[in-house]
Amino acid sequence: MTNSIEEIEFTDAIFAIGTNTTENHPVIGAKIKRAVRQRGAKLIVADPREINLVKYATIWLRQKPGTDVALLNGMMNVIISEGLYDRQYVETRTEGFEAMKKVVEKYTPEYASNITGVPADDIVTAARLYAEAEAASILYTMGITQHTTGVDNVKSIANLAMLCGNVGIEGGGVNPLRGQNNVQGACDMGALPVVFTGYQPVGSDEARAKFEKAWGVTLPSKPGITIVETLNAAHEGKVKALYVMGENPMLSDPDLNHAKEALRRLDLLIVQDILLSETAQLAHVVLPAACFAEKDGTFSNTERRVQMVRKAVEAPGQAKADWKIISELSAKMGYPMDYATSEDIMKEINSLTPSYAGITYDRIEKMGIQWPCPNSTHPGTKFLHKDRFSRGLGLLSAIEYIPPAEVPDAEYPFVMTTGRVLYHYHTATMSRLSPGIMERCPESLVEINPKDAEKLGVSAGQFVKVSSRRGEVQAKSEVTTRVSEGTIFMNFHFKEAAVNLLTNPALDPIAKIPEYKVCAVKVEAA
Amino acid sequence: MDKKITLTIDGRELEAHPGQTILEVARGNGIFIPTLCHYSKTTNVGACRVCMVEVKGARSLVASCCMPISLGMEVKTDTKTVRDAQRLIVELLWASGDHNCLTCEQNGSCELQDLIYWLKIEKPRFDIKSPGYALEQTNAMIARDLNKCVLCGRCIRACNEIQVNEILDFSMRGSHAKVGPAFDTDYIQSECYFCGECADVCPVGAITIRQARFAGRPWEIRKVRTTCTYCGVGCQMDLNIHDGKIVKVTGNRDYGPPNEGSLCVKGRFGMDFVHSPDRLKTPLIRKNGELKEASWDEAYTYIAEKLSAIKQANGPDSIVGFSSARATNEENYLFQKFMRAVIGTNNVDHCARL
Ligand code: SF4
Ligand code: SF4
Ligand code: SF4
Repeated sequence: MTNSIEEIEFTDAIFAIGTNTTENHPVIGAKIKRAVRQRGAKLIVADPREINLVKYATIWLRQKPGTDVALLNGMMNVIISEGLYDRQYVETRTEGFEAMKKVVEKYTPEYASNITGVPADDIVTAARLYAEAEAASILYTMGITQHTTGVDNVKSIANLAMLCGNVGIEGGGVNPLRGQNNVQGACDMGALPVVFTGYQPVGSDEARAKFEKAWGVTLPSKPGITIVETLNAAHEGKVKALYVMGENPMLSDPDLNHAKEALRRLDLLIVQDILLSETAQLAHVVLPAACFAEKDGTFSNTERRVQMVRKAVEAPGQAKADWKIISELSAKMGYPMDYATSEDIMKEINSLTPSYAGITYDRIEKMGIQWPCPNSTHPGTKFLHKDRFSRGLGLLSAIEYIPPAEVPDAEYPFVMTTGRVLYHYHTATMSRLSPGIMERCPESLVEINPKDAEKLGVSAGQFVKVSSRRGEVQAKSEVTTRVSEGTIFMNFHFKEAAVNLLTNPALDPIAKIPEYKVCAVKVEAA
Repeated sequence: MDKKITLTIDGRELEAHPGQTILEVARGNGIFIPTLCHYSKTTNVGACRVCMVEVKGARSLVASCCMPISLGMEVKTDTKTVRDAQRLIVELLWASGDHNCLTCEQNGSCELQDLIYWLKIEKPRFDIKSPGYALEQTNAMIARDLNKCVLCGRCIRACNEIQVNEILDFSMRGSHAKVGPAFDTDYIQSECYFCGECADVCPVGAITIRQARFAGRPWEIRKVRTTCTYCGVGCQMDLNIHDGKIVKVTGNRDYGPPNEGSLCVKGRFGMDFVHSPDRLKTPLIRKNGELKEASWDEAYTYIAEKLSAIKQANGPDSIVGFSSARATNEENYLFQKFMRAVIGTNNVDHCARL
């Protein structure tokens, strides 16, 4: 997030696109609802499903899945043609306006309406609501990124925010809400193929020299490969060994059958986890890890706030904290890592990572600090890009709409979109062990519009078979107008109805994120 | 900021901002006024009237939580009239419910119990008459015993004003008043999202965490502050520990951002996995197709030998590591250090993109 969670409650307008916030980030959802109910903030919701936030929205834009760029361009068309944009901001803080304007010109409300299915008038209203607000915050999640055009979607959001001068101000911002507790931290710490901690590129000689000196080794400059590329490479026999810490790619990867085969072909699969996940079941070696309640450390939340995790109970049996396991294994391989506590590791992070330099355990004992925090007296950073962007001028990009990689046809006439539900988390390995939660949400349901259900002869609660070009699953139907005609929704929490047997592994060319949010399927009564 | 004005409370001359309530000013200056229905971050309703004080010139006692201060106001918080009125209210509350502390989960952490003790009440002057509601134990997460409810309305305000879930309200009025979801159903039949906010704010034992029942007394419980392991909000929470087990999860308003004490169903009720019998307890190595228990040393030796051999034969880039968005920063740091410095590859990723 460029801005902070607390700012959401006090901003003038909120544009929530591709985020089912009340289910996926409930506590942020509450702040949105308070902003609307108690402070009269305007709320624009753009989502193909009638999510709970719609109940609180000033206006709801029901775009067809995968048409976000067209919707955003349509809004910007209105904002530019009606002169509602922040001229001074655009002139002094951004570049690329003319080129962007040229592309956007074509996306009149009518043109955008034809692509998105959102009435032209609503596009105009939403554009005005967003542009006329003093400060407006854009929130998004995987509904924006899990597309073959994910990067384009994100750039379009940034375009809209910069066009209206909403980046670098309190209450504004471009705010991706992170799904997993420490996705932010994993990225910050360099668990990525191209960067060290704090996004220092592995390709930079200077950065490598610094880490080589600190670690006493020679480091490779060649960028590594991503998860999805790894599975392809394993399939082809190019990757021989895989060390998996606390992930379950077997259930969360697109095209499950392919993922399973890829893992089977490995010479060595090491899985370090708290439970025997689907992936661990295929492993050659399984290492028992302590969970978050059994160790000390830090997580970085979606607003870049680094907060303490504290040991509350003992780990079961011989399970050990992940950091202990890594350092012991490393020693076994001839590279000792001598850390007595997780705090010792943080000290090393402080010394090598400018944005984390001032984030020490004693300073975050009572309240977490938001990076960048360059030294031990710096208070941390509530919102980014205050007077300038990291690259200098903010880049407005000219982006054309490209349809999703797989669109419905005669054989697979439905669009399937996927996501989470309130009660579960990711592959549900943890949440399904709670009886209360399972009582509320015990199984996967296929959301289907009543008209479609009638056509297919499916009644509520009846099992349906959903198939795509890649596989099929069965689950109970939930007949609901939450989804529009021609669209179905499934969550990806349950291995019994693993939707990733169906999803399209087509990747965004830059971010390499698979298109989970749109694929073509067939639905039949089972 | 408005100019400050002067008033006196219990003979002390105090300065405060107009618009502040008597209660706020008193508490801000270390003067104790008891309350029951008052709750931070929700509207003041003046329903329980426990916070009554004497204001010079006023015809009757006033509810300090709702009364804004004024210039030269003279307030007394501890006169006999005030205490008598408070005793009357509290005795009525006591007598109109089933306040059997012996088995109440909130015993020792109950605001009614504290009030009775503080007001030095031996026993109520009225006959105790519980309304006789059935206990609500129809779901595994939240239990309700409305016989203990003091109708303070905090749960309603927390549900509507803090979580804005808009589930709870009063049904009926007067002596039959009752709190709950619409149509007087139980939680599980309603749209309730089980955030548990209502249980955190209830001053008595009327709304409690089901799994914590008989799992430890408040004074036996150790609270450990930590960060939720589920979503990226990073809620601050207290794990309530007894006998080495997490018995419940509570929010804490004092922790401030990002969640100001609120939680959701996952953070509140999703911690059973920690003590699950399914947890991995020893290293496992596959032998003859089956995963068999092994010692740490065997596992490390096995991995070190295999990794070294693969690196030798196929180069470091034939090895990949997936780090974890669930592990700590320190662990992610060490993992990428291991892949880069020990294996010698940049093949490290985590599931951010998935
Ligand atoms: S658990 Fe949450 S949603 Fe349910 S009644 Fe209580 S406060 Fe409202
Ligand atoms: S249930 Fe608890 S919080 Fe709700 S009105 Fe009764 S005593 Fe107050
Ligand atoms: S309590 Fe809920 S909203 Fe808060 S971090 Fe945990 S999962 Fe997210």
